[in-house]
Amino acid sequence: MLYREAGDFKTSYADDSQTFPIRLDRRAYWALMVVALAVVPFVVNDYWVNAIFLPLLIYAIAALGLNILTGYCGQVSLGTGGFMAVGAYSVYKLMTAFPDINIAIHVVLAGFVTAAVGMLFGLPSLRIKGFYLAVATLAAQFFLVWLFNRVPWFYNYSASGQINAPERTLAGFRITGPETQAWATYLFCLVFVLASAWICRNLTRGSIGRKWMAIRDMDIAAEIIGVDPLRAKLSAFGVSSFFIGIAGALFFAVYLGAVEVGEAFGINKSFLVLFMIIIGGLGSILGSFLGAAFMVLMPVLLKNVLVGGLGWPTDLAAHLEFMIVGGLIIFFLVVEPHGMAQLWRVTKEKLRIWPFPH
Amino acid sequence: MPDQLLFAIEVTLNGLMAGVLYALVALGFVLIFKASGIFNYAQGVMALFAALTLVGIMEGQVPFEHLINATLGTEIHGFGWSVPALFAIILTMVVMVLFAWAVNWLVLRHLVNQEPIILFMATIGLAYFLEGLGDMMWGSDIKTLDVGLPQGLNTTIDDMTYNMFGYGFYIDNLDIAATLIAVVLVTVLVAFSQYTKQGRALRAVADDHQAALSVGISLNFIWVLTWSIAGFVALVAGIMWGAKSGVQFSLSLIALKALPVLMLGGFTSIPGAIVGGLIIGVGEKLFEFLVGPLVGGATENWFAYVLALIFLVFRPQGLFGEKIIERV
Repeated sequence: MLYREAGDFKTSYADDSQTFPIRLDRRAYWALMVVALAVVPFVVNDYWVNAIFLPLLIYAIAALGLNILTGYCGQVSLGTGGFMAVGAYSVYKLMTAFPDINIAIHVVLAGFVTAAVGMLFGLPSLRIKGFYLAVATLAAQFFLVWLFNRVPWFYNYSASGQINAPERTLAGFRITGPETQAWATYLFCLVFVLASAWICRNLTRGSIGRKWMAIRDMDIAAEIIGVDPLRAKLSAFGVSSFFIGIAGALFFAVYLGAVEVGEAFGINKSFLVLFMIIIGGLGSILGSFLGAAFMVLMPVLLKNVLVGGLGWPTDLAAHLEFMIVGGLIIFFLVVEPHGMAQLWRVTKEKLRIWPFPH
Repeated sequence: MPDQLLFAIEVTLNGLMAGVLYALVALGFVLIFKASGIFNYAQGVMALFAALTLVGIMEGQVPFEHLINATLGTEIHGFGWSVPALFAIILTMVVMVLFAWAVNWLVLRHLVNQEPIILFMATIGLAYFLEGLGDMMWGSDIKTLDVGLPQGLNTTIDDMTYNMFGYGFYIDNLDIAATLIAVVLVTVLVAFSQYTKQGRALRAVADDHQAALSVGISLNFIWVLTWSIAGFVALVAGIMWGAKSGVQFSLSLIALKALPVLMLGGFTSIPGAIVGGLIIGVGEKLFEFLVGPLVGGATENWFAYVLALIFLVFRPQGLFGEKIIERV
């Protein structure tokens, strides 16, 4: 009754092609922005930021990145963990090499470095596809992790082989290092998330996004109608790796602070982000957020209920989490291959004609 | 003969033995892929699960005992008996057949005609589920598996090579046993698919689903059959790896190593899986031996993948795979 477009007249092309065509959606969106930007920073404490908001925001960027490659361009990648490691190590090298330059610039530069590496490992996608490509990206995953483990230059010859984020400030507030203010790190990541989502949304509905989707739907047909597969695939790898690199940089510098590459950016990270976009919805910006939220919140919730509430040992809860994640992936693929984003779309369609569906 | 060359020969021999084990896992992949076009990522976890189940049954563990203890507050610690290895293997096989049946009825039946990549992701989900289930049922501690296979240095080869070259090769008895068992397994599988009725049906399904359906072959039955056979192969692989390095999570990572093996050999070829396994096994051991010291070691982690990557660029269908023909 409330949720419909009747009476909301579009008078320009910009109005017509806006992201949220329904007024209620727009209001909800702006309300969310106000809450996220103006309310949450004042009420959050360390626990909320470190346990929920930071991983949620950072994984959302990674999921956006992978969604561009896998959801929009149809190239399955299992190298996300490796590319996140590239982002983390390049931001580390930049931070230690140029301590005077703003950390935000370093993070973006780390994104560009990762984009270059991603395009390099994306080159085989011109010859191979499907799960052949998925396995080829495994090469990136294992090789990169090995590289960062074995070449001391990357971790500045530190004895432990770990990298530690030095203390950096932005406008006088500590963003990285041991003593950060929770709200400052939250806002820092949030700005990156919002910018990433905005860029992704506009790239995917523009001409380049259409090219990606053409390649995804059928690459031979796309080539015949004039899409250059070389450019489309490599740009998808580049853009995707750019965001994944930013996510990796934030994951290391802001969230963890100290990283051991095999542990933080192992193959499990690749699968985690892949699951986010499967559960959230392939080829959907909203889906990336929903999937990231789901995969971050579910373990926290399970842990609180099972360990805190029922008194289970933590290892059992962890095993149950594995089973639930696996079961859910199968469930979503069977019932709703387009993920939570599609569920949301269906709900919206129902809401629009409610309460008179006929 | 110079020492370096002798070392290299020893490394090659050991690589061949490791390659046999990769080939075993890859074999399970190929079987399922040929019969149903599904790229079964869960094959490695199936090997882990089978090995866990085998150890659990042999040691008389109660399934889910940790869970039962945690939720009901009881103190169950095993049935207090131990089961002989052969009987336990048969019981484990029953579990694997049940698993194959469940997978078909609960998962694959609903995903018929989906794109291969969706099926691939479904098997990743399956792998996670099975991993959690295995740990939940039998506990996640590292277990030792001993089904009575010979272990340790093979003294005959050691003596023989020492007399010939003045340097004894170190070759594990277990590796030799694994090789022999793998040879027997492959022979049995080939004989099964060539000379039995079910084997012929299996090949018919692999060739053309619809034609197989139209001559009265039940796809459901064949799929359960292939997953059971793959479960059996997984069990054998699990026993080998379990006896070699203990039953633990890293066992499921050999599944990932089997992927480049398949890339080299081609997804649809049983000889390809074997040759690919041997190439990867020898290749990574030799590479580690020759180049590893120069670049800091542990190249085994990635060598197989990079080799497959480079190889794919030149020959996407693998060594023995069918030529990929695309129709629009």
